[in-house]
Amino acid sequence: MSNLFGRTPHDPDELDAKPETSLPEAQAFPEITQAQVDAEAKAEAEAAENKEPGPVVKAAQQAGTATFDWVDDRLGIREWLWPIATHLSPKVNWWYVFGSATMIAFVMQVVTGVALAFTYVPSPNNAYASLQWITDDATLGSVVRGIHYWGATAMIILVGIHMCQVFAFGSFKFPRELNWLSGIMLLALTIGLAFTGQLLRWDQDAYWAVYVMAEQVARVPFIGNWLMQIIIAGETVGGNTLTRFYATHVFLLPAATFALIGVHLYLVIRHGISEMPEAGKPVDPKTYREEYHKLLEEDGEPFWPDAAWKDVVFAVAVGAVVLALAIFVGPKELGEVADPTVLQAHPRPDWYFLSLFALLALMPAGMEDALIIIGPTVAGIVLVLVPFLANKGERHWSRRPWALGIIAFVVIAMGLLTVLGDRGDWSPNLDPGPLPEEVSARAEAAGLTEGATIFQENACINCHSIAGVGGKKGPDLTTIGDDLTREQLTWRILNGGNGMPAYGQTLTTEETEQIVEFLLQQTQERETEEP
Amino acid sequence: MSDVLSRRKFFNQIAIAGSALAGIVVTVPIVAYLLSPFIRKPDRTWQDVGAVDDFRINETVQVNLQDPSPLAWAGETALTSAWLRRSTSGFIAFSVHCTHLGCPVNWNQGGQLFLCPCHGGVFDSEGTPAGGPPQHPLQRHDVRVTGSRVEIRPVALKVG
Repeated sequence: MSNLFGRTPHDPDELDAKPETSLPEAQAFPEITQAQVDAEAKAEAEAAENKEPGPVVKAAQQAGTATFDWVDDRLGIREWLWPIATHLSPKVNWWYVFGSATMIAFVMQVVTGVALAFTYVPSPNNAYASLQWITDDATLGSVVRGIHYWGATAMIILVGIHMCQVFAFGSFKFPRELNWLSGIMLLALTIGLAFTGQLLRWDQDAYWAVYVMAEQVARVPFIGNWLMQIIIAGETVGGNTLTRFYATHVFLLPAATFALIGVHLYLVIRHGISEMPEAGKPVDPKTYREEYHKLLEEDGEPFWPDAAWKDVVFAVAVGAVVLALAIFVGPKELGEVADPTVLQAHPRPDWYFLSLFALLALMPAGMEDALIIIGPTVAGIVLVLVPFLANKGERHWSRRPWALGIIAFVVIAMGLLTVLGDRGDWSPNLDPGPLPEEVSARAEAAGLTEGATIFQENACINCHSIAGVGGKKGPDLTTIGDDLTREQLTWRILNGGNGMPAYGQTLTTEETEQIVEFLLQQTQERETEEP
Repeated sequence: MSDVLSRRKFFNQIAIAGSALAGIVVTVPIVAYLLSPFIRKPDRTWQDVGAVDDFRINETVQVNLQDPSPLAWAGETALTSAWLRRSTSGFIAFSVHCTHLGCPVNWNQGGQLFLCPCHGGVFDSEGTPAGGPPQHPLQRHDVRVTGSRVEIRPVALKVG
């Protein structure tokens, strides 16, 4: 049953008489228009009483009205668009602003993206240089790139909040199952846009991040390697990959996003904005529509402008924050230019993928094959099934504690993983620098310089810290002399374990002894001795 | 009634079949074009990376190779790298990609280890996993000695 293409709020009889109509009822429109015409006529009459306009003004007014009438007749603004814009919607609160804000963020991305495409050169030889020029030399280029960068962040956050809100409010239930489904597809497109956009920076991080993604795709059973080659356009990430990602990022995904936003909005209009959930008022598909329309008749308000003003205010706020970040923080700094022969890279994805990056590091070794494929598949299936598994019943969160629990769990888990991913303690420190002065001085005084040197040259320091210098992948060894005995240390070095390689084959017995002596010197006592 | 093909039904079917055909006619070349990186087999030839005497026994060094399917506009990315190890028994050429998720591994000469900067994978000098998440050894490129020259033939990146 359609409520909004043509139903007027002044016709309750019709609602009762034809509850299942789904076609527009054009004859209903003139009532609104008539009311407006009457109001206008009244206003004109009042104006005329006050002052009779001159003949030139009058002629101009007539010409203006005639022009508008012509345009309106051809476009159907008053007949078709205006009733949609002013359709009755339930009274809702500020939680309902995130969907429209996501759309505004997308529009902002399209506008700044088009602007960037005026200068950006999607060729491996020139992409980085053109981006440098945009950032450093082009008039306001840094701001435009900044809006695009922070706009992407805004879009991801807003689409996330929007989804959580819809889930928490039970708005996905009957009859809005397909609203949710098209929303899930929009979420996937948003993630795709974020990922493809990242490579276009064409710096080392972006370049290697694509390899990471490609290797994940390659784990899909049977077709994995084939799929990977389709995505990166060949066997290696190169010139073909950049243009492929570019075309996907600027044409394919935005076009699909526009189309799906169209579907999403159409569905919002077809089924109406969901009313505020009320505890103890479950959704019953048999009676829901009738009750919804009754609510609209009794307590609805025109969407424009009574409900839409909140959306506008929030969208302006989002735009202002993004602009401020673009101006005062600026776009993400470009790393070194992408170069497959420079292996000293520290690939880190943009923040929205850090949680996944962390998960891949922290999951038990050997489970990747299963989790990389099964995880996203299950997540996707569950998200798709949500409205079909629970399309009726209570909508209010107080009656759906599980829903709130799931949201809290996902948000907290992703937040923690993002923080961990940002720290990346599991990565060896490839450039740790020399041991602190006091550590080497102390080693020298005790004749243990050899041990300290071996510790640094044999990659121990890449994973272990002493007095704040070194990697964080393995245990901190600042006071290891207090915790482990000579035998324990020797055993651990020779055999490895817990992610540490065994050094039995690499170090001579003498070298091992030297390292162990050096490590035994690292005690708490040292800490207290030093001023 | 139902088995009589009316004029309208006939046109209806013609219109649907014609639209489908038009769709296929346009789609086939486009899809084939997009799949071309997969359909075209890359040119895998042996590439000279230096003289045998350039490499010392028990050392692992980075060598650069031409990408198997280079493009005229590929710039720096027309190259790719490999780790070449010379041992007493001959040469091994390792792919630079960690078998966990493809990040570039770095060679640590003192520790005789490959370290991965992404998730902390570690491989020994033979490319065998020695720590961290990786489960599979580093992939190897084909390598041979022709006269006094060392030659490498790169293999495709794959998992496992």
